[in-house]
Amino acid sequence: MSEIIRCEHLRYVYNAGLPDETAALDDVSFSIEEGDFIGIIGSTGSGKSTLISHFNGLNRPTSGKIYVDGRDMWAEGEDLRSFRFLVGLVFQYPEYQLFEETCAQDIAYGPRNMGLSEEEIQRRVKEAAEFTGLSEDLLQRSPFELSGGQKRRVAIAGVMAMEPRILVLDEPAAGLDPEGRDTILAQIKAYHKKTGVTVVLVSHSMEDIAKYADKVLVMHKAGVAMYDTVENIFARAPELLELGLSVPQVTQIFLRLKEMGLDIKTDVYTMPYAVKTVLKAYNARHPEKPLPIPAEKGGEDHAS
Amino acid sequence: MLRDITIGQHFPGNSVLHRCDPRLKLVGTIAYIIVLFVASNPLGIALSLALLALLYAVAKIPYRLILKSLKPIVPIIIFTAVLNLFFITGDGEPLVRLWVFSIYKEGVSYAILMAVRVVALIAGTSLLTYTTSPIVLTDAIESLLRPLQKLHFPVHELAMMMTIALRFIPTLIEETEKIMNAQKARGAKLDNGKFTERIRALIPILIPLFISAFRRADELAMAMECRCYRGGEGRTRLKVLRFGKLDVQCALALAVLLGIILSTTLLF
Amino acid sequence: MEPMLKAQDVRFRYDPERPDYAVDGVSLEVKRGEFVAVLGGNGSGKSTLAKHFNAILLPETGTVLVEGIDTRTEEKLYDIRQKAGMVFQNPDNQIVATIVEEDVAFALENLGVPSEQIRTRVDEAMKMTGIYEYREKAPYKLSGGQKQRVAIAGVIAMRPDCLILDEATAMLDPRGRAAVMNTIHSLRAAGITIVSITHYMEEAAQADRVLVMSRGRIVMEGTPEEVFSQTERLKRYRLDVPQAAELRDELAAAGLPMPANVITPEACARALYDLLR
Repeated sequence: MSEIIRCEHLRYVYNAGLPDETAALDDVSFSIEEGDFIGIIGSTGSGKSTLISHFNGLNRPTSGKIYVDGRDMWAEGEDLRSFRFLVGLVFQYPEYQLFEETCAQDIAYGPRNMGLSEEEIQRRVKEAAEFTGLSEDLLQRSPFELSGGQKRRVAIAGVMAMEPRILVLDEPAAGLDPEGRDTILAQIKAYHKKTGVTVVLVSHSMEDIAKYADKVLVMHKAGVAMYDTVENIFARAPELLELGLSVPQVTQIFLRLKEMGLDIKTDVYTMPYAVKTVLKAYNARHPEKPLPIPAEKGGEDHAS
Repeated sequence: MLRDITIGQHFPGNSVLHRCDPRLKLVGTIAYIIVLFVASNPLGIALSLALLALLYAVAKIPYRLILKSLKPIVPIIIFTAVLNLFFITGDGEPLVRLWVFSIYKEGVSYAILMAVRVVALIAGTSLLTYTTSPIVLTDAIESLLRPLQKLHFPVHELAMMMTIALRFIPTLIEETEKIMNAQKARGAKLDNGKFTERIRALIPILIPLFISAFRRADELAMAMECRCYRGGEGRTRLKVLRFGKLDVQCALALAVLLGIILSTTLLF
Repeated sequence: MEPMLKAQDVRFRYDPERPDYAVDGVSLEVKRGEFVAVLGGNGSGKSTLAKHFNAILLPETGTVLVEGIDTRTEEKLYDIRQKAGMVFQNPDNQIVATIVEEDVAFALENLGVPSEQIRTRVDEAMKMTGIYEYREKAPYKLSGGQKQRVAIAGVIAMRPDCLILDEATAMLDPRGRAAVMNTIHSLRAAGITIVSITHYMEEAAQADRVLVMSRGRIVMEGTPEEVFSQTERLKRYRLDVPQAAELRDELAAAGLPMPANVITPEACARALYDLLR
């Protein structure tokens, strides 16, 4: 695997030179491997939104470097727009950017800006619509007639259709009901699996991060607090709580058990693994009649 | 950044000028502008400028803010001054001849007079907005225009519109920034290209902005109804404007000073 | 005693030409001082129902009573809106004034309350919602959670008996949501009836009673324990299930003697502790 994004000592300062000068990013260094599914978590004001707007050059770092696909984004002679085609950015509440007469035309806006042939544009619109579950009939309708969840999928399709190497989504499920949230996140996961495109998912929800991401970047006070695999991050659940973040309810249960004095693992963050952990602990204490432990379900579990 | 632009920048403080009734400040500013144009003799103008300097000092507003508020209109000042310089003819011999243009003494003095007047006008009105928050100013306008209500002039509605506009300008500016970023991320070219291309590039920004503004208006209307809004009739206010002792003193002082400036017209 | 809110067989549709009812025969009563959560997905009719409780919408058939007053009584419209205050989803679109305290005063100004009384009631409302320290700020400089509390204060200043929150936390981050929930709890402690429309299971779990809506009807009703322990049914209505309840069910299915009605991490941990110690 190769590196797709690399940040070196990234620093970004708001209101430079004024009394209320604040660093939104301070000495941020990390890199993302191509093909990863990264979750970024952190409370509001931790710098996560500022960070992702650096990924495609909407903000210029005050100091430090950012490389995308090995190219220094702010080097002399680099075409900034070409980075916007490499890194697809989906903002919070992206449905507010829709403007075309039909959904198909709106999805085609990005590819058209790239100067692609009409044939290629149509192919991409069709493919992106499939990834986001938009029917042919829906594509010919005005985006303003659709429901909130549908509009949001049109907006995400509009960025997918640019076929970026990295897809960055800022809270793609914000404000949606559980069904809308699960649909969109599952579609993004399926898109990641099928295309192998690197995905960066910014979220406030530990449950969603636990369910979809492979690696987690925890932002805190303008810097990177943790960056590791999901398992390793959740093994440090007490530290997450100290940073003012929540942990999934299942993790809370095991932390509480440990606190009550039970000798039990606390790196539990998925339901199947939780069931297995409890059953194993139960069997260890009741060896006379052990309960059968359910077989591993593919992909949902993780080795400990 | 875009959102740092606010209409009528307010410079909070606690000076006499800040505490004065906004209606007095509004009327006073209008009176000052009239005096500025009536007392158009050198002494009158000089005294007007001195009064302005005094008021800025009283309000503790740094003089450099005057320069800041003048910045956007510098081209206009220069342009009118140049026009006056070249196109006003006098009785005597011209001072300079340039090709077909001649500059007369009257032209020079009139150009200077006009430029100084415009500067004083801008600095004077800026003082009003520096010392008065937009919402208080809206209240003052509503209060001063109230007599027109009898003539069925929609005074309350006008004031409400101004308040809502002031409230939503920062929100809409922020929204514009967000939409621009989102379209840039989709490869929009916003800052270069031919004129027609640039106009076309605005569509993806203006349409979402309008739609959002309408949606906001709809929701705001509902929220206002839920809070029992039913127009200006029978409405009371949290802050009632009161013309107090301080205001009487200020009004008298201002009247005397403006009177002195006006009296200079008798000398010339 | 008269119930705070009462709906009797309420039916409503947005388009009278079409047969789909957004609210399709709902009857319910909300007692004084109660905290009721109405849970449901998009299009379940929960927001449409909420808008009936302060006469923004009127039922096509059936009746809605606010403290015994029929919401169709036009001359009582402002009484109804004052008794049952409403807060909406987007805080930005319900703040009218450019200064926090001026906005909180808005409803009282509309009601023609004398200025001195406005001052005391505005201060009281701002203290109850924890925004007193921001009273002179411009709303756009506040965070989402702070703005939403300004909106709540603007309604609380009317001294309503009941506060209806129509997905008031949907656009907030976790911190803002927690702050708004805290405010709701302290308002409830002050005796205000709360009806909270939401799709967040965690928030509904804090209520006295939970109603689940689907396709315009009330399909589940009970205490949070009763409702959230029915994980299969909740999933069928495409709602979130507390992970504690889900773990309990999975373990019970695997053969562990788990107690019923476990919905919080604390209760689940205690039950597990008894089994594993």
